[in-house]
Amino acid sequence: MKRNITCIICPRGCEMEAELTGGGVSVSGFGCARGRQYAENELIRPVRTLTTTVVLRDGSVIPVRTDRPVPKERMFDCMEAVRGVKELPDCSPGSVVIADVCGTGADLIVD
Amino acid sequence: MAERVFEYDLAVIGGGPAGMSAACAAYENGVKSVVIIEREDALGGILKQCIHCGFGLELFGEELTGPEFAGRLAAKVREYGIDCMLSSMVLAVDRSLNVTATSAANGIFTVRAKAVILAMGCRERPRGALNTPGTRPSGIFTAGTAQRYVNIDGYMPGKKVVILGSGDIGLIMARRMTLEGAKVEAVCEVMPYSGGLARNIEQCLNDFGIPLLLSHTVTEIRGRERLEGVTIARVEAGADGVRRPVAGSERFIACDTLLLSVGLIPENELTVNCGIGLCPATKGAAVSQDRETEVPGIYACGNVLHVHDLADFAAVEAALAGRAAAGRIKGLRGGGCGSGGGSASDGGCASDGVRGCGGVCAGDNAGEEFRAVFETDGQVRYTVPQRLTRRCDVKVYFRVSGIFERVSLEVRATSVGRGDENNLIFTKKYIKLTPGTMQTVTLTSEMLEKCDSGAVIRFSLVPQRRDDK
Amino acid sequence: MYDVAVIGAGVTGGLIARKLTSYKLNICILEAENDVGCGASSANSAIVHAGFDAKPGTLKARFNVEGSRMMERVCAELGVKYKRNGSLVIGFSEEDRKTLGELLERGRKNGVEGLYIAGGDEVRALEPELSGDVTCALVAPTGAIICPYELAVSAAGNAMDNGAELMLNFRVSSVTVTPDGFSVGAEDGRRVAARRVINCAGVYADRVAATCGDDSFRIRPRRGEYMLLDKSAGGMCSHTVFRTPTAMGKGILITPTVDGNLLLGPTSEDIDDKDDLSVTRGGLERIAEQVKREMPRVDTGAVITSFCGLRAVGNTGDFIINEPLRGFVNVAAIESPGLTSSPAIAEYVAEILENSGLKMENNGKYDPEHRPLHWFRELGDSEKNEVIARDPSYGRVVCRCEGVTEGEILYAISQNPRPSDLDGVKRRTRAQMGRCQGGFCSPYIVKILSDRLGIPFEAVTKSGGGSYINVGRTK
Repeated sequence: MKRNITCIICPRGCEMEAELTGGGVSVSGFGCARGRQYAENELIRPVRTLTTTVVLRDGSVIPVRTDRPVPKERMFDCMEAVRGVKELPDCSPGSVVIADVCGTGADLIVD
Repeated sequence: MAERVFEYDLAVIGGGPAGMSAACAAYENGVKSVVIIEREDALGGILKQCIHCGFGLELFGEELTGPEFAGRLAAKVREYGIDCMLSSMVLAVDRSLNVTATSAANGIFTVRAKAVILAMGCRERPRGALNTPGTRPSGIFTAGTAQRYVNIDGYMPGKKVVILGSGDIGLIMARRMTLEGAKVEAVCEVMPYSGGLARNIEQCLNDFGIPLLLSHTVTEIRGRERLEGVTIARVEAGADGVRRPVAGSERFIACDTLLLSVGLIPENELTVNCGIGLCPATKGAAVSQDRETEVPGIYACGNVLHVHDLADFAAVEAALAGRAAAGRIKGLRGGGCGSGGGSASDGGCASDGVRGCGGVCAGDNAGEEFRAVFETDGQVRYTVPQRLTRRCDVKVYFRVSGIFERVSLEVRATSVGRGDENNLIFTKKYIKLTPGTMQTVTLTSEMLEKCDSGAVIRFSLVPQRRDDK
Repeated sequence: MYDVAVIGAGVTGGLIARKLTSYKLNICILEAENDVGCGASSANSAIVHAGFDAKPGTLKARFNVEGSRMMERVCAELGVKYKRNGSLVIGFSEEDRKTLGELLERGRKNGVEGLYIAGGDEVRALEPELSGDVTCALVAPTGAIICPYELAVSAAGNAMDNGAELMLNFRVSSVTVTPDGFSVGAEDGRRVAARRVINCAGVYADRVAATCGDDSFRIRPRRGEYMLLDKSAGGMCSHTVFRTPTAMGKGILITPTVDGNLLLGPTSEDIDDKDDLSVTRGGLERIAEQVKREMPRVDTGAVITSFCGLRAVGNTGDFIINEPLRGFVNVAAIESPGLTSSPAIAEYVAEILENSGLKMENNGKYDPEHRPLHWFRELGDSEKNEVIARDPSYGRVVCRCEGVTEGEILYAISQNPRPSDLDGVKRRTRAQMGRCQGGFCSPYIVKILSDRLGIPFEAVTKSGGGSYINVGRTK
């Protein structure tokens, strides 16, 4: 069955069509290779980059993100994990807050 | 007590993405005496609270969050040693290029400059501007204010949320509040289409099953102390074209929070007080291809000029202003070349940041006086720039006023004193144009050769002919 | 035991309390809300009426003219913005002209100075934006505009500086007679004993009076909706422009405010709910329609906020100022021209108390002067720099739209009556009152209030009670 997919990679928001075929995924309407990849993932295993904040015990708020997209259905699990972070030895950009957050393979890092 | 006076070649008002980009571009084009005057205590502007991804693809070739994007530009500002006056609020700019500001450190002070770049950004339309009937309880926030509470202060403004307006900040906050545990009941958009980017509807609403109710608005606000709920209703356009709530379609939604994402307005108080006229459609200054306002030496860029979809685009545009200001400062004829680039992919901005053309521009027809103004047909709502002061390759940004499918953009030059009127100099087909997405076309100096000085260059949309493929 | 308890810290209650602090008396002010001046005092036309409107011989006529004469001095003492801009009552027909003639006569009887009737062109010379259909106008040079919530704040503040005590969130539920006066009870159980009670409870005055057995009058709220336009529209007119009154009422007025905005309103609708401060679609449409007829070029699209005030309309047609039982004084039904009348009412109430047997002896230390809340704005640049050099917080702009600095906010928080919520800071400093309506600065002000009051960030409210801003930490 064909699915309409709006690309989220860039502001153009290409409207694509994707379908699971015997050998993989057939995609049309993409504007670039990243878009095509996105459509394939949407059919097989949708992923999203999670961005949020950690709130430290002293009240400071640090923006954090996963260093690669995580499975879409794990976003709320990751949010739960972030909730537990109350101390950060290193707040410099890129430093790891939680390695392999929720077993997704992605590290949660400081923006 | 005497006022302090500082002398700089270039004063940039605002340290957001546009201001930083403009300052860096000026520096790269040989102007080292640059100051950024920023009202907050850190550079970055609104990006500091835009912790979501989606920045940087255009400018840096990789996907960054707002703070990361701002960090890249700020690092460049630091590397160049550009002076930054933080926690400094500009009070006035005058036509002699004096900037008056105030800060705790300097009191009320003046910066004398040879060029000024306005990069103050924009603000959100507040509730009052909507005249929504009902009470005035707490719990009503513009989306950006809520974003600040959540992302900077680390507080939740509420638990059960309705969002009015489908602007991008509202969509982003729908996701953000949901991730932090709030329930977003609905996003109501008065128009039959969203004002936000398609990708944000996808990843911020659809990902979380949040309904987007097009042609819906909030008709009443209820609650004495804190918001208790809103009444929403479907709207339809009457015979007079005014969109009004449809009687009988009202529905009450209990909620403690109403977020407004109903438009951004360039923050042009300084501009207006300086006597610079605004373009009614953009609510920003009318500018040349160099982003120079009607006052020589005062430039405008970023969201204070017109509201951009993306910080990347604001930064790219700002580089034009920075480069042009550098040209002026260096005393180059014609103010340098702001629009030396070409297509969207290399519009004067390489992935290593902002690249100048050093005031040398192949498209610049030195020696010949040239003036032209842009005009739009209403379907095309506006163009930026609004006028040209020389023939060169120029990237023209435009926005449309509604949803248009299968249309052609026609650019015609009506020249004074030439028989050949309505000279078509450029045309482009579009499958779909929406108000939420800014478009760009590049007019080359060759195309402009067809225009006389004094030409009116008109942007209009026409239906594509049936046999067009 | 207080000598006098004043119920209600609006403009009237505040000015009465202030007057009473000039005597050797122990005064307390009981206010139902989280701040002073929250009722009709902060949602009205902000007009000092010349006094041609009220029927001769009424309390309204007497206090309007007296109050109008006193107001400039009171505002100067209290540091409240006041501008004598003059007012016009415009007419469109011969019938209107006849009505204006009656108003002129009435005004002269009431003792209003300088009244005259002008023709259409003459009045357009005064206000060029008026519609070409305007044929005549009553000109009242003594009409003025003021900042009413500033008056409420400064009156209560000056009373407190002179020794009065203010109790907030004191919602009076009962006034009972005791051997030496009264016991005033609040919904939350607090009780205050006082020899005399002044009932300035606005739309609730009838309920308060009824708790001690006086059910001689009723107050019905009259809803008045307003639109406040951006300063960009503030230059449309310099006078306060009224419409000739008809059987249907006084109509919509157009007036500049002392802060440079343009104010349109009010609508007029009698309602039953004493708390219904909602703005209606119909009301706002009526305002826009009427204004269009009077001044076609006013752009109601420049609205920055709309709001509703409830006028306390009594069932007698006049102010209700009496002493139904010894020592209990009603100051009720203070609807228009109540703001104008308030300084004169304060003097009158002092007389009533004296006649009631309260010993009224000047205390000799009363200081009527109150430093303007907006003192910093009035300084020149070099004076401002001296202030900033001493206190750098005056160099940090918090509200960018209105140019309000952190120093001004901290000053307002340090002064009587101390604000403890966002609206309180707004009334005193104008922060959040500009075109972004607090979008940028309210989080900063929440932080300042939280720091200064020593309360958690999420405990800061918009206007007290359950009007919280944040529910708690994100995590």
